[in-house]
Amino acid sequence: MNLRTGTGGSIDRNTLLHFTFDGRAYTGHPGDTLASALLANGVHEIGSSVKLGRPRGVVAAGSEDSTSLVQVEAPFSEPMLLATTVELHDGLRARGLAGQGRLAAEPDPARYDAKHEHCDVLVVGAGPAGLVAALTAARSGARVVLVDEQNQAGGALLGVDEYLDDRPSAEWVADVVAELKSTPGVLVLERTTAFGMYQDGFVLALQKRTDHLGFAAPAGVARQRVWRIRTRQTVLATGAHERPVVFPDNDRPGIMLASSARTFLHRYGVLPGSRAVVFTTNDSAYCAAIDLAESGVDIALVVDARPEAPARLAAECAARGIEVRAGQVVTGTEGSGRVSAVHVGDTRIACDALLVSGGWNPVVSLFSQARGKLRYDAELGAFVPGGELSTVRVAGSATGELDLTACACQGRDAGLLAAAAAGFTSGGQVPLPASDSRCTARSGLVLWRVPGDDDASFVDLQRDSTVADVLRATGAGLRSLEHVKRYTTIGTAHDQGKTSGMIAAGIVAEALGVELAEQRPTTFRPPYTSVSFAALAGRDRGDLHDPVRVTAIHPWHVAHGALFEDVGQWKRPWYYPRAGEDLHTAVLRECRATRESVGMMDGSTLGKIDVQGRDAGKFLDMLYTNMMSTLKVGRIRYGVMCGVDGMVIDDGTVIRVGEERYLVTTTTGNAAKILDWMEEWLQTEWPHLDVHCTSVTEHWATIPLVGPRSRDVLAAVAPGLDVSNEAFEFMTWHDTEVAGVPARVCRISFSGELAYEINVTAWHGVAVWEALMAAGEPYGITPYGTETMHVLRAEKGYPIIGQETDATVTPQDLGMSWAVSKKKPDFIGKRSFARAENNRTDRKQLVGLLPADPGVLLPEGSQIVETDRLPEPPVRMLGHVTSSYPSAALGRTFALALVRSGHERIGETLYVPVEDSLVPVTVTESVLYDKEGARRDG
Amino acid sequence: MTVSPLHAWTDRLAALAPVLGAAEVPFRSQLTVRVSDPDAIAATGATLGIGFPSAACTFTSGTGRFGDVEVLWLGPDEFLVTASPGLQVTIEEVLRGSLGTARGSVVDTSAQRTTVVLQGPRSREVLAHGCSVDLHPSAAPVGTCVQTLLARTGIVLQVTGDDTVTILVRSSFAEYFAAWLTDACVEYLAVP
Repeated sequence: MNLRTGTGGSIDRNTLLHFTFDGRAYTGHPGDTLASALLANGVHEIGSSVKLGRPRGVVAAGSEDSTSLVQVEAPFSEPMLLATTVELHDGLRARGLAGQGRLAAEPDPARYDAKHEHCDVLVVGAGPAGLVAALTAARSGARVVLVDEQNQAGGALLGVDEYLDDRPSAEWVADVVAELKSTPGVLVLERTTAFGMYQDGFVLALQKRTDHLGFAAPAGVARQRVWRIRTRQTVLATGAHERPVVFPDNDRPGIMLASSARTFLHRYGVLPGSRAVVFTTNDSAYCAAIDLAESGVDIALVVDARPEAPARLAAECAARGIEVRAGQVVTGTEGSGRVSAVHVGDTRIACDALLVSGGWNPVVSLFSQARGKLRYDAELGAFVPGGELSTVRVAGSATGELDLTACACQGRDAGLLAAAAAGFTSGGQVPLPASDSRCTARSGLVLWRVPGDDDASFVDLQRDSTVADVLRATGAGLRSLEHVKRYTTIGTAHDQGKTSGMIAAGIVAEALGVELAEQRPTTFRPPYTSVSFAALAGRDRGDLHDPVRVTAIHPWHVAHGALFEDVGQWKRPWYYPRAGEDLHTAVLRECRATRESVGMMDGSTLGKIDVQGRDAGKFLDMLYTNMMSTLKVGRIRYGVMCGVDGMVIDDGTVIRVGEERYLVTTTTGNAAKILDWMEEWLQTEWPHLDVHCTSVTEHWATIPLVGPRSRDVLAAVAPGLDVSNEAFEFMTWHDTEVAGVPARVCRISFSGELAYEINVTAWHGVAVWEALMAAGEPYGITPYGTETMHVLRAEKGYPIIGQETDATVTPQDLGMSWAVSKKKPDFIGKRSFARAENNRTDRKQLVGLLPADPGVLLPEGSQIVETDRLPEPPVRMLGHVTSSYPSAALGRTFALALVRSGHERIGETLYVPVEDSLVPVTVTESVLYDKEGARRDG
Repeated sequence: MTVSPLHAWTDRLAALAPVLGAAEVPFRSQLTVRVSDPDAIAATGATLGIGFPSAACTFTSGTGRFGDVEVLWLGPDEFLVTASPGLQVTIEEVLRGSLGTARGSVVDTSAQRTTVVLQGPRSREVLAHGCSVDLHPSAAPVGTCVQTLLARTGIVLQVTGDDTVTILVRSSFAEYFAAWLTDACVEYLAVP
């Protein structure tokens, strides 16, 4: 059946677009939506309902539609789109849904992006009110952004054939848009839905940029864009949605909102059917009846629920042979699939369309999101904005006003006030258009539902929720709309209750016998319409999902086959496998080479903070558990930092650069956190201290040179440096030149071996690294990664913050009482060390574990138990394995662990459940290699 | 031999040319100065021959004993002095000397960040895809300097000309920045 009119609508009838729906081929025109093209082809059943499987059609012409969900299959699979918002294009392939779609299994190849925009006045909605508001603000010189969800401006005017100032409304709209677009500082965004409104004028809007081009969408152009708009003032001209009336069997395809039928006629040249019944509570549906009658639809009957029909409109109907019955209601429908008959009392009227109007709901979603208060308007039967916000104004039918000139006037006032509030007061008066509309809409009867079979009276068509469900909720004692919403799921579908929410509120109020004015409406939350995750992700995917931080020496690591470990956002070399090596063999080789000769690694990711000022020493004394102010210039000290709870938060070395200057190192992952920590104390607690902290993490490339031959290698590249043990003691530093580059060399060790840490400006990192490699060649110098570093330090019992510690480990637990000052009157964490909890002898303490079988590697994280057989649960856990490695130096596996009363248990045998067995382990001190420290000086 | 953070990106940045002139200006001398005493600020500016910025979110520039120098406002008591390559050691000494006994600090942070200059009428627009600061000329005139986020990296952004924006980005984030910038230009390259 062809329901396309002969003329009219803003479609291009000369161009044919081919598309398929549910596997069948159809044609439509540019300007169509999928819904209008389907209706033109006589397809009224789009899908079926989610729970009951009842047929579902098209209820509304726009994004408020509750039923026309489709799965687009080509160009790219997308679930749960409304046929009324899918612009038709050649080759579109879609399928109706039974309430739920499916996500594409393959990645979306399209580009999505985001853009920030700033303006003085944001206008949402390009209907008459929004256009006048935007133009008024634009003429004042303000920066204006106008967003509108349609592909063309006009709003409600798109769905009517009104004349403004004696010419077609489209001409008036085109003139306004043309002036806006030619005004500097004005941005007009079509196909753009403001979907979220937040504090401080922050608004998110989704622009569909190439969806409508289908297969012709240019590559490289973002398909959708999230606009992140920050505005000083906002005018919401978001319009109103027509409200249905609930009656038995109100869910059949062919039952449509009257204004939407009118929109399909005027905008798309599509008729809702050949014979229609109109059911209304107000004047506006008469216009639909008259327009459709003039376009050839047989209007069988206008049913007006009001006691009396409006005389003038009734007369116009009579002149066209349309019967009007006042004081009656639709009591039911028939049809297998599409509606085939309507019951009005005892009368049965055959028809293929039923057009319904129950009044108008102002679209207050964004206003409510912006924390605007809503008020129930009893005359309108709807919640309306209840008061101004200082930066948000509402204009047009979003206020409940339905007269066009009055809406435009509100737009002008709002535009003026918004611009003035943003500091723009000049600008010409925008003339208000006058309409020839025959309908004045504000004369309605508020009618939520027609009594009848409650189980077949649908409130939320998408959720299959009925009047019976609402009454069950109130019958169960629920009184709050929020609770009823959750109990019935009304308003939780894709449409978020745009057409059902108000009716549900009305029925609840009736059932409870309370006034709606006393009810709080349910909360409106973003997004106003569905937004895909792809759009929200934008370009933050793939390589751009999370920044990859690299050191200056990174290219060398890549070129030499390193595998990388993620440490925070850093890529750190994990190990450097040679041909045929796995992690295990590569790490054993790297460890052996380092302990026996010389190895080196890239330590540039360590956090480095320059601390300067007269009180720098005093400040560091407060931050670290040990004393730093006594450190002599030229020397280095290891330190531990605790939180106020006395738990270890970081560790590192402190070198004293000068009388009033220190350089602090932090762990890689905590660099930013520790700088923030320092700033917090300086700014909030100790502003009197003369101290400044500056991050220099990335200024330096840091290369630990480790092993008994490191002295020889350093001597070769630093001829001006006396590297002898006497001249260059452990825990001291020297400024010198390394490979001809100014360098600071620190003698510190994280492996127990003789070791130096060479720091040069990052630009020189690669050159110095290569010079060290060359100088170390005679000694078989071996680059090593984080895994080898971990093994070497674990053999020495050095903890890694975040691996041996969580937020519950004290320095004492780590066996580091020696690093906790007994002399200092105060430091962060000190008071907690006196707590009874901190002094329990059964705290978990760091120890070493040696499995009885030297080949068994304990999985990190394993629990530790006391007995060689597991007792009945609950099993008492003594602690867990924090680090576990095979060791080249020890010739066996070993582990570090936090164990209850660990220090007292040294020598005991405990057990670690590994899969189905209990592995016996001997508890040892945490230092397993070179306990006497003989290797430190080479 | 020195290697700058974006030396591997020279060609890829240059290839953005139809949309954007983008080039790293490596090895600039950069010194972080912390000082709040007005006299010390004035003295330090006098030493440089370029007054320190007094307004938040601005920078000053001029030619003095160290050639062309810029002083960037980074915070209420934090400034960044930038100059041609190779001057950082001398400038650090001179600045510390001019601070005298006033509270403050001077730190050589030359290699902490690298400098990228973006040039062309699209500069501000491309950055608007990842930078939430208003870059409209009325809000960000020449002389503007802000520390902000570009997508997921911190940057210091200087408006150095009507169509020129200078970005300072942490060295470890420089490649992310370059990758982000290159990707941001994709659409402008696809549809000139």
